[in-house]
Amino acid sequence: MELLLATAVGVLTAAGIFLILRRRTFPVILGLSLLTYAVNVFLFATGRLAVNAPAVLNKYEDVAYTDPLPQALVLTAIVISFGMTAVIVMIALSAYLSSDDDRIDMTAQDDAGDDA
Amino acid sequence: MNHWIVAPIILPALVAPFIIMVLRYHLDLQRIFSVAGTVGLLGIALTLLAQASGGEVMIYELGNWQAPFGIVLVLDRLSAMMVLITALLALPVVLYAIGSGWDTRGRHFHALFQFQLMGVIGAFLTGDAFNLFVFFEVLLIASYGLMTHGGGAERLKAGVQYVVYNLLGSTLFLFALGTLYAVTGTLNMADLAVRVAEIPAEDTALLRVGAVLLLLVFAIKAAVLPLHFWLPASYANAPLPVAALFAIMTKVGAYAILRMYTLVFGPEVANTAGLASDWLPIAAMATLAIGALGILGSRQIGRLVAFGAIASMGTLLISISLFTPQATSAALYYIVHSTFATALLFLVADLVMERQGREISAVKPMPQTGLIAALFFIGAIAMAGMPPLSGFIGKLLVMDAARSSTDYAFIWAVILISSFVTIVGFARAGTVIFWKSHDAAYNPEPDPDNDDEIMKEPAPEPYPIVAFASIFLLGIGLAALTLFSGPMMEYAQQTAEQLYNPAEYINAVFKGGQE
Repeated sequence: MELLLATAVGVLTAAGIFLILRRRTFPVILGLSLLTYAVNVFLFATGRLAVNAPAVLNKYEDVAYTDPLPQALVLTAIVISFGMTAVIVMIALSAYLSSDDDRIDMTAQDDAGDDA
Repeated sequence: MNHWIVAPIILPALVAPFIIMVLRYHLDLQRIFSVAGTVGLLGIALTLLAQASGGEVMIYELGNWQAPFGIVLVLDRLSAMMVLITALLALPVVLYAIGSGWDTRGRHFHALFQFQLMGVIGAFLTGDAFNLFVFFEVLLIASYGLMTHGGGAERLKAGVQYVVYNLLGSTLFLFALGTLYAVTGTLNMADLAVRVAEIPAEDTALLRVGAVLLLLVFAIKAAVLPLHFWLPASYANAPLPVAALFAIMTKVGAYAILRMYTLVFGPEVANTAGLASDWLPIAAMATLAIGALGILGSRQIGRLVAFGAIASMGTLLISISLFTPQATSAALYYIVHSTFATALLFLVADLVMERQGREISAVKPMPQTGLIAALFFIGAIAMAGMPPLSGFIGKLLVMDAARSSTDYAFIWAVILISSFVTIVGFARAGTVIFWKSHDAAYNPEPDPDNDDEIMKEPAPEPYPIVAFASIFLLGIGLAALTLFSGPMMEYAQQTAEQLYNPAEYINAVFKGGQE
């Protein structure tokens, strides 16, 4: 299972980085989402992998449990990355609508600063 | 437990939603509450500084959960000082935004401004690494709104780049925290400090990876070469009063490096020795050099000041990366100076940009040009580190502290040469903007059409006194920093001593609950 999970994190990260290096905003945002998925899975695994174990201590009998803290961290990270993705989609949309171009780099004309 | 510690986070956290929900359509009331909130913050910051200057490390346990299980806020000399700088910077910036009318060019400026303050102050006060991430996100999401405030195609494009870069930084931050948690099983900074030192030396590979990832994240925030690429375009295209507030954001990165690499991965911890101190000085010197070159080469006034900010971060990080108490106290002095000098120059740049456009070129003289030129001059000599202002003292302290390093000759050469390049760059920009403009006006080009256009354009309204008063406030701040550099250095030295004695911090966090 460790191998499967590590492969998943690796593939997600690689795909995310590849997409981030594209020149249009849409693939870049997709790449960012993939990266956040990768980091969420990775965070989840930092409490060690355990199957079928509850995330709470049992005070009646001594059974296996999994570390609840990474799960709380992942929840926070998911919420934050979700919000951030929404923000960047909005900003990228308005940038696209106001310049008719969804290239992510500043063109030479932008840098020249024509206020047209 | 000291309840004052949570107050500077709660106050903006309450003012901001109040402004959004109740005062949405009342700009005047928004302004009053925003300024009142900032003044209140300043009062709280002064109280905290008074409490922390005794030397005791105080903590606040959120929800009364004991460390390391709950999140703690920690107040020591360093965090009290950083909170005070934030409050001192916020007041002139918000006054300027009101005076120049920037807050009318889009909605929710004041609410976002308060959220931004909340995030920055939270990042300075927290004693928990994951909570640091959360406050980073709070300050970032507010900064995304402020950065694109007012709209416009270029600003939005620069905004997209800024957001993408910072989202990548956040992802990296999570990877770093995950790695550290996997190794140590904790994210409380004091607890991390204890556990990191205890890990057997042969098991530290993952720990060192985590520590370096964390350093990279903070280096992105602090705009250290080669991770500085986001800064010039973002700051130059942001509304410049917002860029002035962002002067504190790069300091958040510097603060986090200083905190983590003295407390958790300190110089005495063998497991992570040399991770930061090996290559950070080189990166910092490169940052300073590229900043100085950027100042020389900028064709836009916004970029000019943005590269000035990069150069001052370079000087600051050279001082931090030496990791000696003397160098750290010099860095603390320089943090204060660099924050105010950068903010002052951004505000002056905004005055110029509103009148002349953003290119550094000789157009026509603007109204109040003498006053603006004088303010630019003050900002430029402070930034370049010429006497008599605090930049000179700051650089002197940094260079004095660098004498303990083995390659101090190299550090001195980089600082001195780049200071010279900075002076040339600012002199060039100032000459073109303020002097050549007069030439252009009195010896107009022969083209008659062009002439008519110049004559027909109505002169822009002079700015109200509030805008100038806020810049003067920053100038007075710099002057005060120069005049009272003795007491300030004393405080900085005590702070550095406290930083290099992490046991105090750790003890305070662990026994705070029982008292």
